[in-house]
Amino acid sequence: MNTKNFRNPQLINNLVEKIKQYKEPISLMEVCGSHTMAIGKWGIRNLLPNNIKLISGPGCPVCVTPMSIIDALLDLKDVTIAIFGDLMRVPGENGSLELAKAKGLDVKIVYSPIDALKLAEKKETVFVGIGFETTIPGIAYTIKQAYEKNIKNFSVLTSLKTVPPALKLLSSDEDINLDGYILPGHVSVIIGKDAYNFLPKDYNIGGVVTGFEPADILSAIARMIQQVKNNDPKIENEYSRIVTNKGNITAQKIINEVLEPTDGIFRGIGIIPDSELKIREKYSAFDAEKKYNIKIEYKEDKSGCRCGDVLKGNIIPPTCPLFGEICTPSNPIGPCMVSSEGSCSAYYKYERIM
Amino acid sequence: MKNEIIRIGHGSGAGLTNELIKEVFVKNFKLQSLEDGVEIENRTVVSTDAHVVNPLFFPGGDIGKLAISGTVNDVSMKGAIPKYILITYIIEEGFEISELKKITNSVQKEAEKANVKIIAGDTKVVEKGKADGLYLTTTGIGYLPKGVNLNSKKIKNGNKILINGTLGDHTISIINAREKMELSPAPKSDCASLNELVQVMLKNGNIKFLRDITRGGLATILNEVANDTQLGIIIDEENIPIKENVNAVSELLGLDPLYLANEGKLVSFIDGDENKLIEEMKKNEFGKDSAIIGKVTDEVKGVYIRTSIGGLRPLIMQDSDPLPRIC
Repeated sequence: MNTKNFRNPQLINNLVEKIKQYKEPISLMEVCGSHTMAIGKWGIRNLLPNNIKLISGPGCPVCVTPMSIIDALLDLKDVTIAIFGDLMRVPGENGSLELAKAKGLDVKIVYSPIDALKLAEKKETVFVGIGFETTIPGIAYTIKQAYEKNIKNFSVLTSLKTVPPALKLLSSDEDINLDGYILPGHVSVIIGKDAYNFLPKDYNIGGVVTGFEPADILSAIARMIQQVKNNDPKIENEYSRIVTNKGNITAQKIINEVLEPTDGIFRGIGIIPDSELKIREKYSAFDAEKKYNIKIEYKEDKSGCRCGDVLKGNIIPPTCPLFGEICTPSNPIGPCMVSSEGSCSAYYKYERIM
Repeated sequence: MKNEIIRIGHGSGAGLTNELIKEVFVKNFKLQSLEDGVEIENRTVVSTDAHVVNPLFFPGGDIGKLAISGTVNDVSMKGAIPKYILITYIIEEGFEISELKKITNSVQKEAEKANVKIIAGDTKVVEKGKADGLYLTTTGIGYLPKGVNLNSKKIKNGNKILINGTLGDHTISIINAREKMELSPAPKSDCASLNELVQVMLKNGNIKFLRDITRGGLATILNEVANDTQLGIIIDEENIPIKENVNAVSELLGLDPLYLANEGKLVSFIDGDENKLIEEMKKNEFGKDSAIIGKVTDEVKGVYIRTSIGGLRPLIMQDSDPLPRIC
């Protein structure tokens, strides 16, 4: 597929003109961090009229990972800690993995969980499995591989989150006033469009599943405006080139086989019922929490960081008193600044007035 | 400085590196300039560089070629003609001598190509596990032709910004080789000596300032220039040449080619008409994709990029290396 069509200036211009015809105030939440980044990277906010408010949601895996995971990792001895790159600079209570690495902790960035399994051939390895539905199937598959190949010195410390429970929480929060959701593209490849049907049914709010090209995002906004205009909340699929109604059944099966739902800790937000997937009993030999007796707890953030409010869309990043002054990408206080998909990082990088 | 120990980001060439240099080196050495090359006396320019690439061999080059072209380029960016190189080898115990020969052969080949002589050097061997196979350091010496004086202070509003080709090739080639991503065809490093191209440019255009676009990428250099000169810069995304495979891998990993290192690219601030200059640059093998990508302007403060769909956003100086993302 040629993505250039989705960046065609004429097409973009037509969409922007269409959006501009709507004059009422409207608040839409882009749930997924990659959407936040794409909006910033393409300068989309700068193209839109002021009545269209785009609010960043909680769909940034690093941002919602509880601090105690980082602290638990810093205590591990004589193992290789394999992580996705974004996690490197996330601050825990006792510093970041980057700092610990400089002091000698064996931390390696991997591009895929299977690469972490390869590291276990040389040395006891703990893979830090964090992410939403997009990355979960690969992690579940890796655990299954480790089980089938009987690899003893490999385990996964999980903080795997699912999107629908977080949307339930946001939609039922009376302080949050949203007119609709721009729903994640890649997560929806796995869970399917139908996974969001509860939104219009139970909460009377609609959403559009969309991709990450500028035309994807703008046409999702245009469609949401139409829904609001017609007072007809529903779930639409703008990303039908890869998202189906039922999602990827094979991926869902492997998730189900290896993992099961439990209450999850979203950093900055708190505990969300059934929002996390943990390793099933059958595979518990690969559960680092059990292997190393780690306890992941919810801790209040005492730094004054307002990531939680940012993740719920209550404030935009520059409203936080730490933003850009004390909290920057190289010395982040909160996780929303450290992940390349975090709202604060996106604002720092793309939207800051100089 | 926070955290008081060296982190890998201090070597990124971005904000943390600048902070370290200012805090530790400038204060002690009382340095006048932070440029890679410096004019000493009798129009002599010197520059020094260390090379620590992993892997040592990659599509488009190896550490030996890189060591020569890197230093040739640092000398050339002052407008000077590089003449001599001194080279030091720091070799890890256990390193294959056949590999050392291969690398040294490519040092010599690139030196011949760039028309520089290797005149002295040093060899050290360190214990196993201490030098990633091989580190090289090179020092270059060159001479400034009469009348040449390049300086960021000469940049003015209305100057155009020119680059000599595609961005990001080197970094993506290294990531592909290091992470065994097995992209096909493998992206090639742009590693090249640009001394000839620079002389072509000086002959055919009104060049105010030159920089090779290495660590930190184009975005970092433009921010340094905007900072030094207090001038505004707008570049046009649409005009910036980036190879399709480089773009695709960058998007996949969450990297931005504007922040990635190159080893055969330069950015230049020019005054006056660019047509003849670009025509002549395109005749050089390392100038084929030369393009004007932006301008110096008082419309903005700092550095901005006009996105290909027409949005305008700041292009900031990053603090550290970009990290590959989760999804």
